[in-house]
Amino acid sequence: MLLIHCPYCEAERPELEFANAGEAHIVRPKDMSQMSDEDFEAMFFIRDNPKGINLERWRHVHGCGRFFNAIRSTVTDKFLKTYKAGEPRPSGDEIAELMK
Amino acid sequence: MKPSSTQPFRIAKRGALSAAREVQFTFDGRSYAGLEGETLASALLANGVHLMGRSFKYHRPRGVMAAGVEEPNALVGITRDNARHTPNVRASVQELYDGLTATSQNRFPTLNFDLGAFNSLMSTFFPAGFYYKTFKWPRSAWDKVYEPFIRRAAGLGTAPSEADPDRYANRFAHCDVLVIGGGASGMMAAKTAVDRGQSVILCDENPTLGGWLLSDTDVTIDGQPGVQWAATMATGLAAHDNVRLLTRTTGFGYFQQNMVALAERLTDHLATPGPALPRERLWQVRAKRVVLAQGAIERHMVFPDNDRPGIVLAGAAQTWLNRYGVSVGKRVGVFTACDTAYQAAFDLAEEGVDVPLIADTRPQVAEDILAQAEEFGIEIITDAQMTGTTGRLRMNSMIVNGDREEEVDALITSAGWTPSLHLYSQSRGKPQWDAKTQRFVPGQSPQDCVTVGACNGATDLQTALHEAALAVGGKPADFAIADDVSIAGGMIGETRMPQKRGKAFVDFQNDVTAKDIKLAVREGMHSIEHVKRYTTNGMATDQGKLSNMHGLAIAAEMLDKRIPEVGLTTFRAPYTPTTFGTFVAQATGPLFDPERRTPIDGWAEENGAVFEPVSLWRRAWYFPQAGEDMREAVDRECQTVRKTAGIFDASTLGKIEVVGPDAAAFMDIIYTNGWSKLKPGRAKYGIMLREDGFIYDDGVVGKLSDTRFHVTTTTGGAPRVLNHMEDYLQTEFPDMRVWLTSTSEQWATIAVQGPKACEIIEPLVTGQKLDNESFPHMSVAECKVCGVDARLFRISFTGELGFEINVPADYGRTVWEAVWTRAKPLGACVYGTEAMHVLRAEKGYIIVGQDTDGTVTPHDAGLSWAIAKAKPDFVGKRGLERPDLKAPGRRQLVGLKTTDPAIVLEEGAQIVDDPEQPTPMKMLGFVTSSYWSGSLGHSIAMALIEGGRDRIGEKLYVPVPDAEPIEVEITGTVFWDESGERIHG
Ligand SMILES: [Zn+2]
Repeated sequence: MLLIHCPYCEAERPELEFANAGEAHIVRPKDMSQMSDEDFEAMFFIRDNPKGINLERWRHVHGCGRFFNAIRSTVTDKFLKTYKAGEPRPSGDEIAELMK
Repeated sequence: MKPSSTQPFRIAKRGALSAAREVQFTFDGRSYAGLEGETLASALLANGVHLMGRSFKYHRPRGVMAAGVEEPNALVGITRDNARHTPNVRASVQELYDGLTATSQNRFPTLNFDLGAFNSLMSTFFPAGFYYKTFKWPRSAWDKVYEPFIRRAAGLGTAPSEADPDRYANRFAHCDVLVIGGGASGMMAAKTAVDRGQSVILCDENPTLGGWLLSDTDVTIDGQPGVQWAATMATGLAAHDNVRLLTRTTGFGYFQQNMVALAERLTDHLATPGPALPRERLWQVRAKRVVLAQGAIERHMVFPDNDRPGIVLAGAAQTWLNRYGVSVGKRVGVFTACDTAYQAAFDLAEEGVDVPLIADTRPQVAEDILAQAEEFGIEIITDAQMTGTTGRLRMNSMIVNGDREEEVDALITSAGWTPSLHLYSQSRGKPQWDAKTQRFVPGQSPQDCVTVGACNGATDLQTALHEAALAVGGKPADFAIADDVSIAGGMIGETRMPQKRGKAFVDFQNDVTAKDIKLAVREGMHSIEHVKRYTTNGMATDQGKLSNMHGLAIAAEMLDKRIPEVGLTTFRAPYTPTTFGTFVAQATGPLFDPERRTPIDGWAEENGAVFEPVSLWRRAWYFPQAGEDMREAVDRECQTVRKTAGIFDASTLGKIEVVGPDAAAFMDIIYTNGWSKLKPGRAKYGIMLREDGFIYDDGVVGKLSDTRFHVTTTTGGAPRVLNHMEDYLQTEFPDMRVWLTSTSEQWATIAVQGPKACEIIEPLVTGQKLDNESFPHMSVAECKVCGVDARLFRISFTGELGFEINVPADYGRTVWEAVWTRAKPLGACVYGTEAMHVLRAEKGYIIVGQDTDGTVTPHDAGLSWAIAKAKPDFVGKRGLERPDLKAPGRRQLVGLKTTDPAIVLEEGAQIVDDPEQPTPMKMLGFVTSSYWSGSLGHSIAMALIEGGRDRIGEKLYVPVPDAEPIEVEITGTVFWDESGERIHG
């Protein structure tokens, strides 16, 4: 069972308290009516399934209830970092640094 | 040898149990005597019984080989009663207790005479990959021939015939250091850690701490016999507040971030377990550091006919002799590739057991060993190979180098020791190949985990103790250690003699021979993972604890590759078989899925309700009166509601309070309907979609003020709806000033429906007039009911005049009883969920999840009116514009009437237009809801049907297996009061 650091509670808590909420940094456009069918498909249906680094959302559902983002390796399951919703997507350099 | 009278192989005064109590037990119905505290295997051996099982594939007679969890052969069933029968227990670890009842497995009809042994004679026809090669085609043979055959052949032992009555427990624990393995190095690590102020949990799968020291009567530490040193260490640790010692506890799973699962067995060794004790306890331990001190497992020798009962591991023979006072035979041969077997041989010889011959594969043996052998008069043949054995149910002789046959009744073998890498590997550590010693040893651990002692490759006690101290940051201490035999050396793979006949077993439990592995390689299996699956080597319940290294070495030689290039198979949890009870713990019966009950549940029970489960809730289904069956009760309830009135416990409805200055704007985003313009005091039926345009949930929402909404959801949908709302609020619209609170369990909800609804509640309500002018249909008010703060809705899920009273849950039953006191004399009834379903279906009101299935849009469901067209955005608005969702021919919700009014359709039944068409038929849709309507005098149904609304009036068919198809007519969804007048009273 993983320990997950909740960036809102600022504490590590067991995986039992959390729920995965899918891929992170998918932006719901302000004016969706202008989206083409292809863009809608890409936004809503198409997801990456990377081997290795994955940016994903989690919710501290049995804790503070907040959604947050995480950088996690799908190979080792290891969390490299968790950060609050709304914070920018980490750069490639930052991820490389975390992987060291 | 000084044999005891009843147990011919018991050696008096040898072993730690010499003063132990004698107990009685049975094996396959025969009574034996043994000593309390020894294992079942040891007790059987004391009685001269080696034959303890039959092999899985060939049904060959097999004896016990090992004294620990690695035992592949001696699997037995232990029975206490019909509900307490445990199959596949290793006799080598089952502790003996008075009255223990054991039976052998995998034999028919008896252990001594087994018809399945025919397979052994036919073995030419059961080569590696036999199942893959044989059970392929024809397809039709699968159901009738292959599968029954495989099912009968597969499976070890029998399951108990009754439910498990025992209790299982679980606990979480945290510590600085978790030590797995309570041998010399494990105890040293624990002592060093606790001396440095750290909190320690130490577990060991055996009943007594000490590990190999308990089996070795020669070694001394600081002048003390090893077994005494171990006892002193154990006592010292037990006295410490900061140490938790868990014996009979297996560390079976190593998970992320140093979470280790331990299975503690509390009663399997007791004759009469106390009722207060759980049978097993699961520990989930999170440790800052894990010290693995699991030791090493001795390998057997791979030579022809190496599986006869009487052939055992040398270390096991030493354990049985030195711990329990049992000799494996009266005349014992030895076949070895390392020094430790000599120690076992000398210990046996010391007790007067005849040891005529030691065959050693090595060209040379150390001088001091030769000298000792000479003292005991034991002949040693070096550079030796064993070419066979004789005997049927027990070995009679060993054959060395093809021509030398020596009569023996037991043979002890050792091919050396394999460091136990199971948990290290589970921790995702990569084992490293040490070419010099021909072993895999642990490398760097990816977690805060240190391996010490024999499982780290240490071959002597001093090194092991040093490693243990260093592992927890201590200073290694030097001990005066004498007579410690190194576990270095040995061989892997098959012995080197041209093999003419006889099977050389690698994996005993799955009957895999050296020849099978070679065949697999010849047939193209070049990775060890493929070899393993093709031959099933290492795939039995012992996970190849004896066989993995041998199998790997044979495959590597065939492939002409170095062992690390062929690879090691991954070790998986659990380390040893673990009961389901351990994992399930208390989550059985009523605790498997906790039942939720409403505040009115007790009243319903007292008043004869029949209940049904609805998501996690227990809900009153119907309230039968004397002599009524379900249909009669439901008919009466429905008709009473329509004629007079009924009251209904709707407390399970999901409720969410949406509050804040931007509450209406937020509701506009989440729901398809518009909320900003809705006046406070009014309520509305709302639909929410997913982004893809499909219906997600629905419910009536009351607007209490411009900044406060009382949202209701479906009974089962409340948690996911709240999650869905939180998701949008937190991540897409974080600037909105809105707060969401689950209030499902804060409000008890009492529905009062029917022409007399107003008359019933009016005297109970203060602060709100109830006439049609002041409080029309779809109104909400905060008022008092029975003097209690209430939220009163004027709404209807029946099509009749109706109210829903929400009061704080603690007042729910009191208010319910007050309403019932008013309702009963007026001729009203109490109704349950079944009547509620019928009443709503008569009106064509949908239930999300029953009449929709996640692929239904509001348009499909006939709810286009609930979509606010002018709103610039709501969740699902763009999704609804997808071409497929606007295409003609989509399934639409319609009503169905059977031509024969008495037939009630099956929910889920398929609908076709021509029942005579050949199968597979073209399915137009299916029935979503179906009931008998007593009020209408005919059955009613709803269905999703392609282009359904354009087919109204058409006749379609529901095919029925082995009967005439049922003719149905497509109708609108409203069956009762189509004009909707009754709702206004
Ligand atoms: Zn949190």
